[in-house]
Amino acid sequence: MAAEPLTTEGAEASPAHSDHSEPFTLRIRRYDPESGDAPYWVEHTIELEPHRSVLEGILQAKGRFDGSIGIRCSCKAAICGSCGVRINGQPGLACHTHLDKAKRTSKDGVIEIEPMGNMPVIKDLIVDMDAVHWKKVQRVTPWLINKEPIPEREYIVDRESMVDVTQTMACIQCGACVSDCLAMEVDPLFIGPAALAKSYRFVGDPRDAQQYERLKDLAEDPHGIYDCTHCFKCIEACPKGVAPMNQIMRLRRRAGTDYHIVDRNNGERHEAAFVQLIKNYGLLWEAELLPRSYGGPSWFGKFHPAAGQELLSSLPVITKSVLRRKVTPMGALKPHKIPAEDLKQVKEIYETVEGRDQRLEFNLYISGTDENNDGPVSERVEATGDANAEDNA
Amino acid sequence: MKVAYWPGCVSRGFTPELHGSMAKIAPMLDIELVELDRACCSGAGVIAEHNQELADTLNARTFALAQQVEGADLMMNICSTCQGAQGECQERLDASAEYRGHVNETLAKYNLEYRAGLANKNFLWVLVEEFGLDNLRERVQRPLTNLKVGPFYGCYIVRPTDRLGIDDENPRDTYLGLVIEALGGTVIDYAGSHKCCGFPIITMNKEASLKQAGRHLGDAVDADADCLVTPCPLCHLNLDLQQPLAERTVGRELNMPVLHLPQLVGLALGVDPKDLGLSRHVVKPTAVVDWSTSVVAGVGAGDGAGW
Repeated sequence: MAAEPLTTEGAEASPAHSDHSEPFTLRIRRYDPESGDAPYWVEHTIELEPHRSVLEGILQAKGRFDGSIGIRCSCKAAICGSCGVRINGQPGLACHTHLDKAKRTSKDGVIEIEPMGNMPVIKDLIVDMDAVHWKKVQRVTPWLINKEPIPEREYIVDRESMVDVTQTMACIQCGACVSDCLAMEVDPLFIGPAALAKSYRFVGDPRDAQQYERLKDLAEDPHGIYDCTHCFKCIEACPKGVAPMNQIMRLRRRAGTDYHIVDRNNGERHEAAFVQLIKNYGLLWEAELLPRSYGGPSWFGKFHPAAGQELLSSLPVITKSVLRRKVTPMGALKPHKIPAEDLKQVKEIYETVEGRDQRLEFNLYISGTDENNDGPVSERVEATGDANAEDNA
Repeated sequence: MKVAYWPGCVSRGFTPELHGSMAKIAPMLDIELVELDRACCSGAGVIAEHNQELADTLNARTFALAQQVEGADLMMNICSTCQGAQGECQERLDASAEYRGHVNETLAKYNLEYRAGLANKNFLWVLVEEFGLDNLRERVQRPLTNLKVGPFYGCYIVRPTDRLGIDDENPRDTYLGLVIEALGGTVIDYAGSHKCCGFPIITMNKEASLKQAGRHLGDAVDADADCLVTPCPLCHLNLDLQQPLAERTVGRELNMPVLHLPQLVGLALGVDPKDLGLSRHVVKPTAVVDWSTSVVAGVGAGDGAGW
């Protein structure tokens, strides 16, 4: 469909704009599934001050040229989370992206706006949040399950333990992280970053009675916490600094290290095997890591039937890599190590840090850096839960 | 220039050709490698997932060892995953003197101390920012003319952008393309260049993992690439070593050679393909190398005779 060029004459009917307005061309993806027609792109040139938002640009195009453009929005202040779109391929809030920045990051000077990914399109820039995002949030039981007995007055909770969950509470449910999740792209059943971050909000809350059950459920689900590929897409996408991937890693830390939940997805075993191998040798021994991830972290792990089965299914790959001398039998059988003196240091570091009463986590979202913070850092380094501690049980 | 060199584990384990090819080309680029052979694994994010302070302390030890290398300009790695995992720890250590002090307390008994502000760069960044593309162009002996190369970065080197120092001044998420061009090759634009290879979940959800690898390889095939190049040995494992299984998962023939970055540079510098370990890949790079003449060519590549 042809774009309607903006002429200066046409500007008479446009909303008032200051002398500093500039023309910006938007390329918007149009699609109406009910029409039976294929998606198509339209271009509209709008005029606004460069610091104004892409959302304002879309609304001007809608007002001036085509009232049928579909976009969902409400607060225009990055609070309500309804105007999630993809701008030049990157997910974000249309109201939170300046036109000049969007133009700078475009390929050809035209700001490209698409609906979010991983969710079906209802119309144009509006996606079906219910079908994907909200369904997944519902999946993690997104409410507090009270500890019994319920106190007569309010719950008394440590300041530190609530600080620990504030990052996840910043989520405005815009779906930008879901839009860009690379694991969901190949596995639509993956619970996904937004819902898992929401889950940590309760797993990290000392008032919640079912932290173990929540973790067990998410660890055992083949599309749960261990389905995240650690690609940082959600961290990059989130307009609120929630860093969903970091929350998923915290869920894993609690499930594996604190509660020792041995799951059927090899998540805990893989982590335990990896951590143990570095302690034993200082460097990774891949030929040992793979079977132990299936069979268990000890030396005997590779003799477990699950490890044997995996070995069998990987036989074509193993044979090829041995034939090409990519992997030599000696290389597979013998670990590469660091010198004995250094290995001793590594082992001692393991013992010192793992021997602490409480695990330390330094979260920059909460603590900030020395440059932007005056307070003593001891108040900003948080100690996070230990499964053996009473308050977590 | 002299660098404190961290090769990582996989470049010495399942992708030995990476460490080998780096050692081969370093002198040709006037890079003196002082190997950090006392340092331990960066943890690849998995140790941090288990215990953040443990990962921070182990990596602080590596950084401290790097700072002890006399005359070194910076620390260099050849693994996107090491870059990302070490960068994450370094961000925390650099952010707070008190936290750094706490970590250094553990290292004190070994006379080691990490001082904030170490420059730790992947070989790709060193190539563009330190060595320079003009310099690189001058050293090219055998331009990769007609070779269509798809870049594959690896997540840890492109996200999150602020931690990795990616901005208008240092568009590090475009460097592979710049290097391919400087070597005389043609950059292939395809959907998967900045996506995840799937390796981190290969033991947890093998199907999803192989689907990711298969999809990106397939996109590169559709975009008519002769090969991919990656600065990450873990991506190489999923894209090359696992490619026969990825083919099965996505139900199509792929046959896409995947080169390590130092191998691609080495080819253009005139190094013999065998010396770069190209014969060690699971997918034969026949579209890249005519083995009978050792000439790089996208068209009329040999049939693999002489292997």
